[in-house]
Amino acid sequence: MPEIANTAAKVAVAMTVNGRLVSAELDPRTLLVQFLREKLLLTGTHVGCDTSQCGACVVHVDGAAVKSCTMLAIQADGMSVTTIEGLAGASGLHPMQEAFREHHGLQCGFCTPGMIMTALDMVARLGPDLDEATIRENLDGNLCRCTGYHNIVKAIGAGAAAMGAGAKVAAE
Amino acid sequence: MYAFDYQRPAALADAAALLKADPEAKILAGGQTLLPTLKQRLAQPTALVDLARLPGLSAIEKTAEGVAIGALVKHAAVATSDVVRAAIPALADLAGLIGDPAVRNRGTLGGSLANDDPTADYPAAVLALNATVVTDRRSIGAGDYFQGLFTTALEEGEIITRVDFPQVERAGYAKFRNPASRYAMAGVFVAKTADAVRVAVTGAGQSGVFLWEEAGDILASDFSPAALARLELDPADLMSDLHGSAEYRAQLVKAMAKRAVAKALA
Repeated sequence: MPEIANTAAKVAVAMTVNGRLVSAELDPRTLLVQFLREKLLLTGTHVGCDTSQCGACVVHVDGAAVKSCTMLAIQADGMSVTTIEGLAGASGLHPMQEAFREHHGLQCGFCTPGMIMTALDMVARLGPDLDEATIRENLDGNLCRCTGYHNIVKAIGAGAAAMGAGAKVAAE
Repeated sequence: MYAFDYQRPAALADAAALLKADPEAKILAGGQTLLPTLKQRLAQPTALVDLARLPGLSAIEKTAEGVAIGALVKHAAVATSDVVRAAIPALADLAGLIGDPAVRNRGTLGGSLANDDPTADYPAAVLALNATVVTDRRSIGAGDYFQGLFTTALEEGEIITRVDFPQVERAGYAKFRNPASRYAMAGVFVAKTADAVRVAVTGAGQSGVFLWEEAGDILASDFSPAALARLELDPADLMSDLHGSAEYRAQLVKAMAKRAVAKALA
């Protein structure tokens, strides 16, 4: 039987995570989520199913929501990554985080980081006026085992509206 | 995952050379199928050759015949492309039904076609539209490209560079999804040209995507959902699994074909 090679040449990875330039020498098979959680200790990004079904691991890579359990860290080389830890500002929670708190959009909280990152992707793609059907359709890749989604949908609608209002104020 | 080496060639010729030098190396595009496969240790490539940064494979272009889509174009880009929407709206619709939003931000046209999953969406569009798969070596017509479950005309190390989709008079795609995997349990793409109708079915066939020729013949003379009412699809060659029997899938295919025609007429 051929011996299973269990080592590979390390690869150099550099990327911007939440505005900070980070670099490392990694085994090529290191997943983006492993890199974020285990090397950078950004444990807000969760691993739920590890099979790209549940969306607990959603982060933004160059502005697009991706499942970080189904992307190698080396594939994000040179790119800009935003995780849940990168959202809150000096003045407090991001409006979408605040909306999840306000509308009780979580129970155990495990799916919440992925829900919020997906919600922000939704606003970026579709704008701040999101109706319930659009929200539900675009939550297709995010599973919650507690809430029945009702309050998550409400939170995303309210968070999106708050972001829209905030953008209007900023523009005036 | 078993260990593998990682290569990121800067040019198509370099990628081809790497694949030629190492027959056990595999191409990495978006990775939405390959990475889950590796995580389950169902494959053990010596190296991954990452095509993602290769120039020239990521464009969507209007052509004289229709639209040319680069192999590395992501599903989300096809779904939201004005060029695709104007030329073949059903193709944009199909891309927007693949997986979920995050998967669509990573998965690529070339990756889907190279993998040729029997329940994938794109093969139905390629076959119904009679598109041409262009590689670094040649052009392959849709009729020759699909050769069975996860089996295509691609040779060792051959790299898809783009797909040429011809514009048609009308087209529509309807899909009945497995709610867990989001793959098609039956997906039907209907394409009407001036003199023929092609009906391609994914998700249901035992040997992967196939043309439902009887449906195409009937629709060629009467392009309406009602025309399919008297037609039955023989379940003998359809998949039977825990998600549904072959007989159930035969009904699903018929129902999706009607919906696809209705969408094409909308």
